[in-house]
Amino acid sequence: MRPLVHAVGVRKAFGLHEVLKGVDLSVEAGQVLCLIGPSGSGKSTMLRCINHLETIDGGELTVDGLHVGYERRGDVLREIPDREAARRRAEIGMVFQHFNLFPHMTVLENLVEAPVRVKKEKPAAAHDRARELLNRVGLADKGEAFPRQLSGGQQQRVAIARALAMEPKLMLFDEPTSALDPELVGDVLGVMEDLARTGITMIVVTHEMGFARAAADMVVFMSEGRIVEQGPPKSILSNPTQERTRAFLARVL
Amino acid sequence: MAQSSAASHDETAPLTVRPLRHPGRWIGGAVVLLLTAELIRSTATNPRFEWDVVSEYLFSRAILVGLANTLQLTVVAMVLGTVLGTGLAVLRLSPNPVVSGMVGVYVWVFRAAPLLVQLLFWYNLAALYPSITLRVPFGGPVLVKFPAEQLVSVWTAALLGLSLHQAAYIAEIVRAGILSVDPGQREAATALGMPRTLTLRRIVLPQAMRAIVPPIGNEVIRMMKTTSLVSIIAVPELLNTAQTIYARTYETIPLLIVATIWYLVLTATLTVLQSSVEHRFGRGLERSERCPLRALPQVRARTTSAPPRSVADESRTPRVKR
Ligand SMILES: Nc1ncnc2c1ncn2[C@@H]1O[C@H](COP(=O)(O)OP(=O)(O)OP(=O)(O)O)[C@@H](O)[C@H]1O
Ligand SMILES: [Mg+2]
Repeated sequence: MRPLVHAVGVRKAFGLHEVLKGVDLSVEAGQVLCLIGPSGSGKSTMLRCINHLETIDGGELTVDGLHVGYERRGDVLREIPDREAARRRAEIGMVFQHFNLFPHMTVLENLVEAPVRVKKEKPAAAHDRARELLNRVGLADKGEAFPRQLSGGQQQRVAIARALAMEPKLMLFDEPTSALDPELVGDVLGVMEDLARTGITMIVVTHEMGFARAAADMVVFMSEGRIVEQGPPKSILSNPTQERTRAFLARVL
Repeated sequence: MAQSSAASHDETAPLTVRPLRHPGRWIGGAVVLLLTAELIRSTATNPRFEWDVVSEYLFSRAILVGLANTLQLTVVAMVLGTVLGTGLAVLRLSPNPVVSGMVGVYVWVFRAAPLLVQLLFWYNLAALYPSITLRVPFGGPVLVKFPAEQLVSVWTAALLGLSLHQAAYIAEIVRAGILSVDPGQREAATALGMPRTLTLRRIVLPQAMRAIVPPIGNEVIRMMKTTSLVSIIAVPELLNTAQTIYARTYETIPLLIVATIWYLVLTATLTVLQSSVEHRFGRGLERSERCPLRALPQVRARTTSAPPRSVADESRTPRVKR
């Protein structure tokens, strides 16, 4: 069977600056993968390429067998129209470092917006699920609040619920706890660990090695646009074989 | 010396604080008041101002009709200008360089050419194009044909001139408003699978409103005054009406005063309206207040009676201990 996320030789440059220099990555359905690496190594860029927030310059990248922003015709990948790409993106959830909740909508409205407008769900059904999801992230009583009225940790949990409201088959997290006060990090990681146990496929860019150890099936270390080393968390985090991995871990642990 | 002064006051006595006096301000204020009083006296008693004529015309039928026309021009030109300007702003931000470039040229031309020139241009369009035809490009068959005099009546010329000019200004305001929205908002919507147009309509524009509304308020006031320019092409708005009357009666100054009074009243009214609208739009920015930009009202009505609310209410009611 083909892995859910399959990247072969993905390249990406911003101008002359090559950020991804041929990345190969496979994530099986149900796996939790943690992507670690120094600042500027291309982790966010890789994540954004997976749901086609960035175009790629070379290589091949599929999610569940489909190129998210492209169509393959023979040896050519053609970019597809926005509407079509949007449909494929709807199956991939993403959580950002700075939450990016919609400030002009209440928490519940944030959660039902995409299901109702994109998936054309009935508002009543979308609401019921939104409330269930809020309950799951421990914010059952915050449905009527506006994002500004919540703490960072609460906002990030709403952002996770908002992504889950689309019932994605893959969740991408880009440093979800980096913008939080230390005492709020635990709540968000707790929600993510619960989520990992439900069997959803997750790719998490993080500097939280504790989370990687506890929740990841696989840890991937990236440096300067390349994957340097990958494997189960125990072996990568405790017995890295590469010098660069060792140096990085010595700094963050 | 230092020792004696230190010894001369009691360390424990409370000190009196005396603010610095400004005698100059009092004198200056008195002079200005005096001059103002003299100006009012001379204006009120100078027979050349003919206050009786002013009061005779202030509420006259002709002037009120002119006033209504001024208001109508303002509203229609603002609505058309805002709709067109918003469309232009969206096109200006299009990834297609030809489209955004052409909009840039439009904005440049309609802001750079004086409005008076533009109005005269539209007024004289009839001379330029004897008739206006809509046909398939490159010499195809004619689809529609209007004689230009009929299409470009003075009212149309005035509205066309004002709206196209206003659209160029609104386009820049809306563009700045759209650019003021955090790019993360667009990304979050995109990542949720929202297509570009839906993202713009539901996520970006509502947030851009906060930056757009105050300058548009200023534009309404500016437009109200700018409509006086169309008097040059004989549209019977407030100023033109006053001019028509004094051309006949030679009571020039009093009729200009009548027009001025109405412009002042309108500006004052619009300023009050503007500040209340701005206040409403600013509210959502405060942490404790609800956001005024209501989305999905039917959805909200549903949720107010929903379980999470009652949970919250419960936690607020004091528990009775047994
Ligand atoms: N839109 C862009 N335009 C130009 N350069 C970019 C852009 N986005 C990212 N880069 C560059 O690409 C490189 C990799 O960025 P990326 O954000 O993927 O790194 P990262 O591994 O996520 O780092 P961090 O841990 O700091 O988030 C950086 O040098 C960055 O400056
Ligand atoms: Mg990053």
